[in-house]
Order: sequence, then structure tokens, then C-alpha cells
Amino acid sequence: MRVIRQILAVTWLNLRNLPQRMASSAVAVVGVAAVVLVFSAVLSMAKGFERTMVSAGSEDTAIVLRRGATSELNSGLSNEQMLIVSNAPGVMKDGDAPIISAELYVVVDVKKKSSNTDANVPFRGVQASAFDVRKGVKISEGRMFEPGKNEIIVGLSAQREFVGLDVDSTIKFGQTEWTVVGSFDADGSVSESELWTDIVVLQGAYRRGNSYQSVRVRLESPASLKVLQDTLDLDPRIDVEVQNERDYYAGQAEGLTRFIRIVGYPLTVLMAVGALFGALNSMYSSVSVRGKEIATLRALGFGPGTVLLSTMAESTLLALVGGLIGGVLAFLVFNGFQVSTLNGPSFSQVVFNFAVTGDLLIQGLQAALVIGIVGGFFPAMRAARLPVAAALREL
Amino acid sequence: MKYFYLVWKNAWRKKIRTTLTILSVFIAFLLFSLLSAINYAFTGGVDLADAERLVVIEKISLINPLPISYMDRIAAIEGVQEVMHLSWFGGYYQEPRNQFPQFPTDPYPYFAMYPELDIPAEQLEAWSKNRTGAVVGKDLADQYGWKLGDRLPIIATIWTKADGSTNWEFDIEGIFSTSDPRGSTAYMLFRYDYFDEARAFGQGTVGWYTLRVRNGADPIQVAKAIDLQFANSAAETKTSTEAAFAQSFTKQFGNIALIVTLVLGAVFFTLLLVSGNTMSQSVRERIPELAVLKTLGFTDRSVLGIVLSESMLITFIGGALGLGIGWLIIKGLASQLAAFLPGFYLPASALITGVVLMIIAGVLAGIFPAAKAMRLSIVDALSRA
Repeated sequence: MRVIRQILAVTWLNLRNLPQRMASSAVAVVGVAAVVLVFSAVLSMAKGFERTMVSAGSEDTAIVLRRGATSELNSGLSNEQMLIVSNAPGVMKDGDAPIISAELYVVVDVKKKSSNTDANVPFRGVQASAFDVRKGVKISEGRMFEPGKNEIIVGLSAQREFVGLDVDSTIKFGQTEWTVVGSFDADGSVSESELWTDIVVLQGAYRRGNSYQSVRVRLESPASLKVLQDTLDLDPRIDVEVQNERDYYAGQAEGLTRFIRIVGYPLTVLMAVGALFGALNSMYSSVSVRGKEIATLRALGFGPGTVLLSTMAESTLLALVGGLIGGVLAFLVFNGFQVSTLNGPSFSQVVFNFAVTGDLLIQGLQAALVIGIVGGFFPAMRAARLPVAAALREL
Repeated sequence: MKYFYLVWKNAWRKKIRTTLTILSVFIAFLLFSLLSAINYAFTGGVDLADAERLVVIEKISLINPLPISYMDRIAAIEGVQEVMHLSWFGGYYQEPRNQFPQFPTDPYPYFAMYPELDIPAEQLEAWSKNRTGAVVGKDLADQYGWKLGDRLPIIATIWTKADGSTNWEFDIEGIFSTSDPRGSTAYMLFRYDYFDEARAFGQGTVGWYTLRVRNGADPIQVAKAIDLQFANSAAETKTSTEAAFAQSFTKQFGNIALIVTLVLGAVFFTLLLVSGNTMSQSVRERIPELAVLKTLGFTDRSVLGIVLSESMLITFIGGALGLGIGWLIIKGLASQLAAFLPGFYLPASALITGVVLMIIAGVLAGIFPAAKAMRLSIVDALSRA
């Protein structure tokens, strides 16, 4: 107990004369803050992107693609195949009608607001049942498109990100003019990056005849996925792959999130090493400034352990303050910040928000803690080993 | 220069502090070079573009095909010297994570269009004689250990064959390379005639055309003439210079340059505080010494110069180490990253920016302590000692 009281007393002493060493302590704090800020900001891109992709997927919905296709964009299914899927076991029915949505997925060039350059925006042909196989998608402004007309509804994220998608405006793709009649809300998921129209109209405009690219089906239960896949595997008329929607979107997100992490983690480690040098510098100067004070304490009977731990406590505290500042700053500046990027597998834009999540902040603070402890240890060792007599003589 | 010994000695009076400061500067410049190379991988394609090459894509989207019949019609347009076509195959080798671009095209026109690529003449000839032949870039061949004569199976994600299979097999007839360190060759080419005959759907279409304008012809006029030719047809075109095409494609990824700049901004702000603090501490401790120097007849300006030089010295040692080691790491990683991040390269412009940043950081960190040292009054300073 006495040892702890001693350590606390000496730490308190250190902290009280911190203002005299303001400049060098501030440098250590800012260094750690920068690490946590950059770490949280960069990794929050991966988090936000992943969240947008994965929140679109449900385990109760299966997506059927041609075997070998890596995304809806490069899949293709005939009308006959669509009918086989819709009549397969495991598909939930509303009365006699299976709950399915056969869709077409193409890409159109629309300008991004931020750069005013063309971007590949996903353009999906759907039936009214698209709303039945997706949870939480609802019209937020205007109305649903009318079948057979060149009308589109746009996701809220797409509307914010791209030029000319306000409700009641018209937009031209090639020779065809389309009217935006409404916008829809999909809880910020990837669907919100898309433009939707009547599938029959889109099939006509893109000369796709009676074909589809994906079929989404509502499953009776997540376990029905296996039943559906097994049935379709045995059918010689069809060669498809069935996944639940969550796995599908997680797969679509994998490449980009992995890329951000592969870049983000080494970047943070390097920055942390840089901040460590800053922290060491500041603690060495703190120890050297307090040389006489430390020697006096030792002469009064405080042990070397007390000096060691109190010095480390000071640096850890400084680093934690830096970490908190960096984390709060990252949250205030970046959380919710909207961007869009080209996602490889679907070769189209995904609009997402940076997500500075709790676990990122905790990881950031852990990094700060490590910097503080390591950055304090070596200077603390020097303080503890200070030859008392020599240091006092400098008086 | 004559004070170099003095500056050097001053810099090392507190070895730990100077070493740690140099290391901080080193890390900052190492980050600078690595981030510049990442940024270049995303935006550098524009540098490789040839001003006389145009790219013709479908107007609504790059993913929509164009008829192969456009080939002759484009070739006939005034100012077009030669034209060739490419398509996107989108397959992978063995497992989906081994993805790299594959393009069906025609052998001779392709290499005529890209004189910056080197391929032995006999390999090009062998490819032109083998319908199922393919040529692979050196970066790709190195990564997977492929050699001439290997049988190369590629799994299609889009193009099933007419027999329903997704398994395409090719013979490696050639390996092409480029002497330009900025260019990546992590892709493969195979024969369009074989592709078009074997695929299940999409016959008679290509992905896009690339053409070279005749010497002296105005690329912008040629581009307009092409788009006018196909206006109001079922497949309208959008023709742009290779540079504009590369730039607009780059922009699709988002503002990578801005992200890099923000990160570096945070890094350099911290760095300035670290080295600025070191310099001001160092000057504070040395006030009596500086006063002695002045008493000995050193002018105010030499004292300013001495302190500023010390700050520059620290920044330059750390900065040069950071840029140098960064350059080595980038050179070493470039070939391993070729498929993952093609064009990972440190351009000369980034090295120049790096040196400019060193000068700015050195001056900013040193200027206030140096000015303080310059203004020092001898009497006050000596009496404080």
C-alpha cells in the first residue's frame, strides 16, 4: 500500500509541474493524437464500406447466379431457368405465388457531384416483388415507377452522390430519356447506390430479350438454402450457384476492405513508431529537466521503483490524452462522411459513409497505450538509475 | 560552410534527442514516399498515355459492347492511322483470388499500337499462328512462374463456351515486357478469333477500340468525327484521348490524392512540432554559448545561419534516409505487388516534392529559435548564465 501511495504522490508531483514542460509534452500528445486520428480515419473507410455492403444482405434471402459468375454483373439466366428457380422447394410462398424477384443489372455513366466526371452507376431492372425480397426498402419521396414506362426511382445515397437525380428531373442514357419519379430508402445499404426501373423496360432498352442476371428468393428459413441448392444441382436444365444474400455481399466487399486494411495497418504501425520517437524525446527531456528533483526524492528515501513507475505513468497519461483527442477528432470530422468508389466485382459505384466505430476507437487507444508505455519505459529506467550524489551536486 | 564543424558539434550535443528527432523525420519521409507510390499507382496511368491514341467506348457505359463491324468504319475515318480492339474477359487462374486482366485481341495490331511493349518477333509470330495461343506479361509470368509452352487454364466468370464449359485453355506462346518502370505488364492477351468463335453469346462484338491518329491530324477532331459517324445508331460511341480516359477511370475510385494529402498533412504537422521543439530546446540550453559567440564577433546573421543550418541538417539527414529507404522498399515491392497494385512506383516528381518538403520543414522548424538566437542581447544572455 505504501508503495502505491508513494507512486501516486510522485506522479501527482510530476503532473503538477507539467505546465513547465508544456511544449515537449504537447509534442508527445499531438504525435499520438495524429496516429489515432489517421488510424481511425483510414480504417473507418473499410468499416463503412463493409457495413454498407453487409447490411444489404439477409440470411432469409438467397441469390441465384449462373455458376462461375462472380457478381450479378457477369451472371445471366434465361426465363426458363428463372421459372425453375421460382418453383423449387425451399422458396417461401405467399398463397400460391413464390416470393421471388428476377432482376437485371447494368451500368450507366452518370457524373459524380464531387468530381463532375463519369462514374459507373448501377442500374437495376426490378419487378414490384423487389420490395418483398428486401427488408427495409421503402419509397421516401415521390412514387414508385409505373410498369412499362421509362421511369426510374433512385436510391437516396445515389441521389446525394451523383448529378441530376432529383425527383421530377429527366436523365438521358444514350437515346433514351428517363424520368426520375421517386427516391427510396434502404437503411444506407448498397441498394441505395442504385437506380431502379421496370425490368421489362430495361430488357427492351438493353436488348436483353427475356433474360435476367439474378434471381432473389425469400427462403422459408435460412436452412432452406441447402434444400434449394441441392434441388437445383440435380436439375440438368440449369447450372447455377445459390448463396444467401449476406454471404454474397460479404464476398463482394472482401476485396476492397482487404485492400484498405493491407494499406491501413502498416501505415498506422509506421506512424506509431514515429510517434514513439516523439514520446521518447519528450520523456527524456522531462527526466533531464527534473534531474535534481528526482535525486532529491531519492535522497528523501523514495525508491527507484517509485521513480520508474511514476515516470511511466506520466507518459502513459500523456499518450492516452493524445489518443482521446485523436479519436474524438476522427469521430467528429470523419464519422458519416459520404464517399463513393468503384467496387471491383460489380464494376460499379458503391456509395458509403465513413464509420468511426467503437472498436476502432478502442484499437486506437490501445495503440496509444503501447506508445505511452514503451515511450516512457526507457526514460523511466534512466530516471530510476540516476546516480543520486552526482545529480544533487549539480545544484 | 566554414561553420559546418560547429553546426555538426552543436547538433550532437544531446545525442539521444538528435537521434530521436532524426528518426521522426525519417519515418515522416518514409511515409511520404510510400504514400506517393500508392497514389501514383492509382493516378499514374495518365502519365503513360500517348497523346496520339484515342479510346472509343460505348456511350452509355464502358461495359456495353460495340459491334466488330465498327473496326473498318473507324479505320476509314480521315486522320485515323491504325485501329485495334480489346474486350474484357474477366477470368481467373485456378481460384477466384488469382484475378488479373485478360483481353482477347488481334496479335499484330495490338503490339503495333503499343510500341512501348517489347516482345520477341518469333514469339509474336508463333502466337499469330496458334489460335489457342496467348501471350502473358512478364510481371504475371514471374508471379506465377509460367514459361513458354506452358498450358494455361483460365476459368471464365462471364464468357461460358458454346459447350457450356467455363474452362478455357491457352498455350503460352510469348512473354512481353516493358522497359518503363512505371508500366505494369500483369495481364494476358489471347486471340479474338478463337474467343469469338468459342463463346456462347455476344458474337460479333468487342469491348472497345483503341486507335492512333495520323501524324499531324487533330485528335479532338478525329474523336468528334468518330462519334458523329455512329450518332443515332443502336450503339453510340464516346471517343476520348487515352489520357482523358485514364483520368476519368481513375476518378471513379474516388479522391485518392486527397486522402493521401490529408494523411501526410497530419504526419508533417506532427513532424514540425517534433523538430521545432527540439530546436527551441537546443537554443534555450545554449543561450550563454550563443552570447559568447556573439561576444567573439559572430554577426547576428551568422548566429541565425548556424541555428538554421542545424535544423536543416537534422531534417536533411532524416529526410534523405526516409526517401532513400522508401525508394528501395518501393523498388523491392513493386514486382511482388504487380498484380495487386500495378504501377506502384516512386516518380521523380515525388522525389523533388520530398526535397522541397525537407527544405520547408527545416526552415519552419528552425526559423523561430534561430530568430530568437539572432536577437539575443549579449549582456542579458551572459548575465543569465
